[in-house]
Amino acid sequence: MSAETVEKAIEKKPAEALLSKRRKKLVSDPLVDDNPITIQVLGICSALAVTTQMKPTLVMAISVIFVVVMSNLVISLMRNTIPSRVRIIVQLAVVATLVTLVSEVLRAFAYDMYKELSVFIGLIITNCIVMGRLEAFALGNKPYDSVLDGFGSALGYSWIILTVAFFRELLGSGSVFGLPIYDTISGLFGPDFKLATNGLMVSPVGAFVILGLIIWVQRTKTGYVEH
Amino acid sequence: MELFNLGIRSIFIDNMIFAYFLGMCSFLAVSKKVSTAIGLGAAVIFVLTVTVPVNWLLNEYVLKEGALTWVSADLASIDLTFLRFIMFIAIIAAMVQLVEMVVEKFAPALYGALGIFLPLIAVNCAILGGSLFMAQRDYTIAESAVYGFGSGTGFCLAIVALAAIREKLKYSAVPNGLKGLGITMLLTGLMGIAFMSFMGIDL
Repeated sequence: MSAETVEKAIEKKPAEALLSKRRKKLVSDPLVDDNPITIQVLGICSALAVTTQMKPTLVMAISVIFVVVMSNLVISLMRNTIPSRVRIIVQLAVVATLVTLVSEVLRAFAYDMYKELSVFIGLIITNCIVMGRLEAFALGNKPYDSVLDGFGSALGYSWIILTVAFFRELLGSGSVFGLPIYDTISGLFGPDFKLATNGLMVSPVGAFVILGLIIWVQRTKTGYVEH
Repeated sequence: MELFNLGIRSIFIDNMIFAYFLGMCSFLAVSKKVSTAIGLGAAVIFVLTVTVPVNWLLNEYVLKEGALTWVSADLASIDLTFLRFIMFIAIIAAMVQLVEMVVEKFAPALYGALGIFLPLIAVNCAILGGSLFMAQRDYTIAESAVYGFGSGTGFCLAIVALAAIREKLKYSAVPNGLKGLGITMLLTGLMGIAFMSFMGIDL
């Protein structure tokens, strides 16, 4: 409580614009130049498994955005009261609580989705992006900045997994968001014409290959080279 | 026989990496040298074999619906499943700490080899994933011990194999954008195809 009020008093002095250049950078940097998946190699763990279809991927992306933003906010508010020796446990407790919340909400309002995502919702807890942002940013920055930072990182993560899902669903099942694209195209060219789907894209292998190629394109564009 | 079958399945077919993408972060980060990969792999086997059965006990006697009947019959209607995530992760963190202390005390040589990897493992998706799969698939305690050991071995196999390939890869000319993560993902994909050939094996 007291830490929070002190925070507000300090924050008033510099009177930084609500969306100053520095703050915009917090959100935009992780989208391309410092993307959590393709550059920092974080959060690949639980993401790839859900990307066979667009719909669960979108749910996953939204859940991750929620968890990262909220945990960044909570940890940032508590950052002056957490002893550094037990900070990992505190962070895990906060993240696990938020993930439980997400999973219970899904179970109540979108049971099919809950079934489909099964253990992977729970695995957001061990998603490296969440812990990474808490360790690297929220522990040393003010709440509002931490929220922006978390939002940026989660967004960077989301667009990558949505792209992976787009290609995997299109090439593997011939549809996008459940809309049968391949069948429609085949229908235009008459009954004998049929676009074949690639079964490999639905299997885990497809995810690795697609992500590898996305990383290649993305890194060539940004000129990032790993040594 | 059933147990043996489950063990083989969890090593090759339901491989943590190639079938479920679990533990990818450490899989990619710690696979640059074979020796460190072996260290991490051994630590994962160790921790999974311990935590999955322990979490099974927790799930069976505390968390499941009606699990608390051994305390008193009145508690039969209590369902604590929603506490699963937080309890499992707490157990894992505690077990890792405990294992670390025991190993340090009784096997200093092993501690020297595994030491730095043990804390990393507490937040490894493969460990939590193992426990969650165990709960979801309703394994018995023997099955969960075999499953923990098997999936740990599968992870170890995958990471050591990848590390061996990456050691050789140092001498090849990879396009700039593909260096590091990109080529590793493609390699993992190819290894995944190889592992797909195990599919359908049933003992």
